[in-house]
Amino acid sequence: MSKIKYAIYTGCTPRESTPELLMSTLAVCKKLDIEVVLLDEATCCGASHLQDFDEFLSLVLNARNICYAERLGLDLITLCNTCQLNTAFTKERLDNDSELKAKVNEKLAEVGLEYKGTSKVKHFVYALKDDVGYDVIKEKVEKPLSQFNVASFYGCHNIRPSKLQNISNKTENPYKPTSLDDLVVALGGKAVEYQRKNSCCGFHVDLQAPETAHKLTGNILLDAIDNNADCVITPCPLCHLNMDVKQSHVSKTMGRDVSIPVLHMQQLLGLALGIDPKELGIDKNVTKVTMV
Amino acid sequence: MLKECSLNSVCDKMEITFKVFRFNAETDYLPYYQDFTLEVSEDEVVLDILNRIKWDFDGSFSYRRSCRHGICGSCAIKVNSKAVLACKERVIDLYKIFGSNMTIEPQSKSRVVKDMIIDKKDFWSKYDSVKPYLVSEIDENPATEHLVSPEQYEELHEADTCIQCGCCYYSCPAVEVNENYTGPAALAKAYRFNFDPRDDAKHERLDIVNKLGSGIWDCVKCFECAEACPKGVDPIHKITALHTQTFKEGKAKSNVATRHAVFFKTSINQHGLLDEGLLVAYSEGLGVVKHIPEAISMLKKGKIVMPWNMPKSKNLAEVKKLVKISSTAKF
Ligand code: SF4
Ligand code: SF4
Ligand code: FES
Repeated sequence: MSKIKYAIYTGCTPRESTPELLMSTLAVCKKLDIEVVLLDEATCCGASHLQDFDEFLSLVLNARNICYAERLGLDLITLCNTCQLNTAFTKERLDNDSELKAKVNEKLAEVGLEYKGTSKVKHFVYALKDDVGYDVIKEKVEKPLSQFNVASFYGCHNIRPSKLQNISNKTENPYKPTSLDDLVVALGGKAVEYQRKNSCCGFHVDLQAPETAHKLTGNILLDAIDNNADCVITPCPLCHLNMDVKQSHVSKTMGRDVSIPVLHMQQLLGLALGIDPKELGIDKNVTKVTMV
Repeated sequence: MLKECSLNSVCDKMEITFKVFRFNAETDYLPYYQDFTLEVSEDEVVLDILNRIKWDFDGSFSYRRSCRHGICGSCAIKVNSKAVLACKERVIDLYKIFGSNMTIEPQSKSRVVKDMIIDKKDFWSKYDSVKPYLVSEIDENPATEHLVSPEQYEELHEADTCIQCGCCYYSCPAVEVNENYTGPAALAKAYRFNFDPRDDAKHERLDIVNKLGSGIWDCVKCFECAEACPKGVDPIHKITALHTQTFKEGKAKSNVATRHAVFFKTSINQHGLLDEGLLVAYSEGLGVVKHIPEAISMLKKGKIVMPWNMPKSKNLAEVKKLVKISSTAKF
């Protein structure tokens, strides 16, 4: 099999408030022999907020990001659920609306770019699942997670709307997602069954409605805790910010202690692959990761 | 011989255990669940199962249904937390997702009157709050018809097909934790009239739906409503359109939510990337102080980038040019 090579679109968070996500992604890719090119030219995806203000501008900027992956002839891999949503949404709109595509390309032409639609857009989880394969990953496990109950948290923008997301994630069902649980099992861990694994952490109203955000995050963490989880994993840095950084606020709102380690799924994978926790940025998680 | 169903094959029957929520608000202290294991054929919908339970096992089992054609919206319930119209949803499709154990519950357990029947008064009062009707000066003796072109009609993007079933509303997590939130169905209805060329109450409706605490800014963008709607209304798409309409019509007030949205453009123009620290400061204004404890814990972990270290996208001149020539909105 030829070597897998990806254009990685980091988005903003891994370059700012979740540096450990970028570190762990790169460490895992190295270990799995995946070649990566970072799309340093790319901008913010607009995070679904620029989209509330200026939709056309957000389409142009996201199309530009995809152009750089197309230039390399590589698939664009996202590390964040919301980047995935906005990038995939842009691609879907342009690929199915030639008039809109022409309008966007008219702008891109001014800076010497053209959106063609030749690169796929998918989240890192599905790259691992469908391109690398969990069976291959399983063989490379050095430290099986056999003593751990892991609660997989999926977030929203990687599984909904399913009509859009199924283009890249194939069969993930938003009412019964399995990709992360299957990964946990492949790593030798126990996948925790709990109801709120596919619900919303409320990140997008953190500023204007903090109470809403804290309650939604709290409900998830408590559900995981009540089902005996030792840790939570997530594929999204925004969910991670809410679930890891805000635990003291959330505990206050919920009137119950919600302390539990929350890892990026790349960090958990890295640990199982035997990568040094330092290289995975485990020390950068705000909630102490007691399991390493 | 009948062919048993497996997850991927065509089949004639499946054996399914339904765990059914039971509660009578008048007589019961607590709800309970009753199990029914039934042989179900490929062409049965969830309503057939509700009927069989009522007709064959317990005549007191209560649920709403009327049209049996996916148009009255009264039979909406949840199966394994997935909102469904009982008369439209085939059991086999649920079986393909969930396997042979299905929990049948009302749309909202905290609003139950009896079994599957809930009190939807919050749904209806929010619906009423957005002026869910056409407001227009009508000439009593018009000389010509008031035509809506096919292109104008298409702008409604199915918003007019809502059957008020509440599948979206009772799946909405923002509704679950914020009782003031208007919710997806009513907001989609506001869109339906605000994008109708005959309507004259656009601005009034925008004033109603863009209030902080209850309106469009309190949607958490989870897409549960898009997934739940059996009619393809896609309420979150409509909510996004109301956001942009609020700016376009000059109805956006300067507050934490609007500044938050607009700041993305400012920051992309400056760095390509989002300046996360400044985003919070700019959006919150003086309210920024409440984030200090969090900021300290992040700083200790190397999670805050100092202004002088703010990363920038390569080829930034290109980004600035695109922002300049592609912007379509003002604040
Ligand atoms: S996207 Fe918004 S309106 Fe729709 S379910 Fe989520 S919070 Fe509710
Ligand atoms: S928008 Fe869809 S789900 Fe919501 S009430 Fe209308 S038809 Fe039902
Ligand atoms: S009975 Fe009318 S929609 Fe189901």
